[in-house]
Amino acid sequence: MSSGVWVAGGGVISGIGMNLSECINSFEAMQPGMQEMEFLKSIHHDTYPVAEVKASNDTLASMADESIHWSRTALLSKIAAKEAWQNSGLGDISNYRVGFVSASTVGGMDLTEHFMEEYLQDNSRGKLRNVIHHDCGSITDLVAESLGVQDFISTISTACSSGANAMMYASRLIKNDMLDVVIAGGADSLTRFTLNGFNTLMILDTEPCKPFDENRRGLNLGEGAAYLVLVSDKIAAEIDPWCRLSGYANANDAYHQTASSSEGTGNYLAMNEALQKAGIEASDVDYINLHGTGTANNDSSEGKAIMKLFGNNIPPLSSTKSFTGHTLAASGALEAVFSAYALKEGILYPNAHFQTQMSEISFSPLTEFLSNQDLQHVMSNSFGFGGNCSSLIFSKDF
Amino acid sequence: MYIQGIGIVSPWTGHGAEPLIKDDHFVISDPEYKRWIDLQQIRRMSRVVKMGVAAAHMSLEEADIKLPDAIITGTAYGCLADTGIFLQKMVTQKEEMLAPTAFIQSTHNTLGGQIALKLSCHGYNNTFVHGNTSFESALLDTQFYLTENPSARVLTGSADEITPISHNILSRLRRYKRKPVTPSQLLDTATIGSMGGEGSAFFVLQGMKDDHSVAELKGIEMIFRKLNPEQSLQAIIDFLKKNELNPTELSLLITGRNGDIRDDSQYELAENSIFKNLPKAAFKHLCGEYPTASSFAMGIAARAIQTGQLAPEMLYSGLPPKEIKNILIWNAQTNMRHSLILLQKC
Repeated sequence: MSSGVWVAGGGVISGIGMNLSECINSFEAMQPGMQEMEFLKSIHHDTYPVAEVKASNDTLASMADESIHWSRTALLSKIAAKEAWQNSGLGDISNYRVGFVSASTVGGMDLTEHFMEEYLQDNSRGKLRNVIHHDCGSITDLVAESLGVQDFISTISTACSSGANAMMYASRLIKNDMLDVVIAGGADSLTRFTLNGFNTLMILDTEPCKPFDENRRGLNLGEGAAYLVLVSDKIAAEIDPWCRLSGYANANDAYHQTASSSEGTGNYLAMNEALQKAGIEASDVDYINLHGTGTANNDSSEGKAIMKLFGNNIPPLSSTKSFTGHTLAASGALEAVFSAYALKEGILYPNAHFQTQMSEISFSPLTEFLSNQDLQHVMSNSFGFGGNCSSLIFSKDF
Repeated sequence: MYIQGIGIVSPWTGHGAEPLIKDDHFVISDPEYKRWIDLQQIRRMSRVVKMGVAAAHMSLEEADIKLPDAIITGTAYGCLADTGIFLQKMVTQKEEMLAPTAFIQSTHNTLGGQIALKLSCHGYNNTFVHGNTSFESALLDTQFYLTENPSARVLTGSADEITPISHNILSRLRRYKRKPVTPSQLLDTATIGSMGGEGSAFFVLQGMKDDHSVAELKGIEMIFRKLNPEQSLQAIIDFLKKNELNPTELSLLITGRNGDIRDDSQYELAENSIFKNLPKAAFKHLCGEYPTASSFAMGIAARAIQTGQLAPEMLYSGLPPKEIKNILIWNAQTNMRHSLILLQKC
């Protein structure tokens, strides 16, 4: 049994960059990715800003070296997974026992929406190629096949914590010696389904979102994909890994299908258990990448749970969703990549649009990009519908 | 790991019953939902959530526990009905005047979340959505969880529903037979397509054997490489070897035969060689074809081990086994991938 799980590399595509270094540059330049919708066709295009990946499907298909008929979710997934693999430096993928664990909430919904336009008028119509990849698993299969992954493939869908849960499952596949390498993360494209869904919940902000601000008014949706290449002790010994995935936990709030309990019960349980698993104290954490959606409910619950766990020792923290928007199943993966990379580079990310201290909590988020930081442990939070609360800890104590 | 309780909601309610059919596909036989869910919620919940909540409760009752330590779910399609409702309204109403309920309930982890909410279960909760291996992925996660938490009890299961839209689209994709057949004819038709089905099965699983244990879940394997019949035969031999069994030590082979000549041909080489003298059973003529049907197979197979009797309806070929000790469930998929579940008497 492998005792450790290490990060060998990572890749991201999001509303603030087509790859990891572009994303980091956007943080440094304080340039969030929310704009008026350009690629998604919706009647809400001038009401709600979104953090779209700034490329058409045609451009993404050529970047991914895949068909333009692929779902946008699959194209994003392939691009980020390919970057992650390349910068892991592991070389020929067929040399390893390798798995692909991806998270998604929309799967091929972007194409299903097109299909439905025709189908609903006549159920013998609508191009079938637009619906065969509706389910999330088939998107993962497409990308796995294209990457040459054959040893293990799975898909996780637990709403906004999906990406973090993919990291946990991947970690267990390595610890149980089933695999040496797992490309783990998630992908979600913007769809009218999710945009309208969140709109009915009345939690979309008409302005760029302000996580952890007293006057926050909701979230902005984003899209993207991100993957970490997680490896066993044996592989890690031969490379120069970024850091370790040292702790993880999932707990359930068991309070409401969509809302968080006011005291953040599930959030607290997940963070606390992740610390235990990593074998560290709250005071050892040097940075928290917040779930921080910018909704009144999330930030209040998450904030209170952090106060309960960290007391007077609140480390620097920020919500990178203030740049990338909320990328749903991909968000836990994006933030895991940012967290692991923070440790590798000694950098901390700012929280955009913060102005006013929240009255309910004692702390405020970091508002500037910091480099040359001495970081040992970083926590990344992801909380979702169904009370699904996850927390990951990355460590550089080696 | 050990199966402590089983809950099944399916088109077939057990020996002596005929599977429930609507038009040309299998539909679940509704249990008395009000035993577990209050009336107001029964009206609001979609079928897939209701069947899952009911199956979960049945398995908890049999295991005689109120609160599991973790809830792990597999579903290929998630909440299709609610997804369909929201999608349909969004398209026809051109994104205006939409209500949140269907969207809220469309999330794939609605079932796992609802069970946690009903039981006030704050433990680990995960949902796998990987087609035909969704349930097997959940079982593997259960095994991992029990390795990390040896004294835990995990509620693990699956649910998938059929809706008019999914039935229509899967028919257009030639997954179902053009010319309807009866369940008893299904496995012998040798034409393209199967019959659609649905259902939910939940299990309480734990790491240690006790007086309540129904059967041991000895091994799970998912094979993602596309295998031809020779390779799948070898993969099965390897899997049995890993679990310290010879093919001759099996009491019964349960295959995922579904009446689709394209899928069924994958079983023949193994059936006619290493498993030649073994009794063979099937299950998709009782529940229909759906991505998480292997959970139904695991439920009825575990019951056969517990009672020492195979329901005659399940037998596909050979004589009924005299003693039921080891059962291999083999589900070969259209894309030439395979999943294997090994159960043992305990």
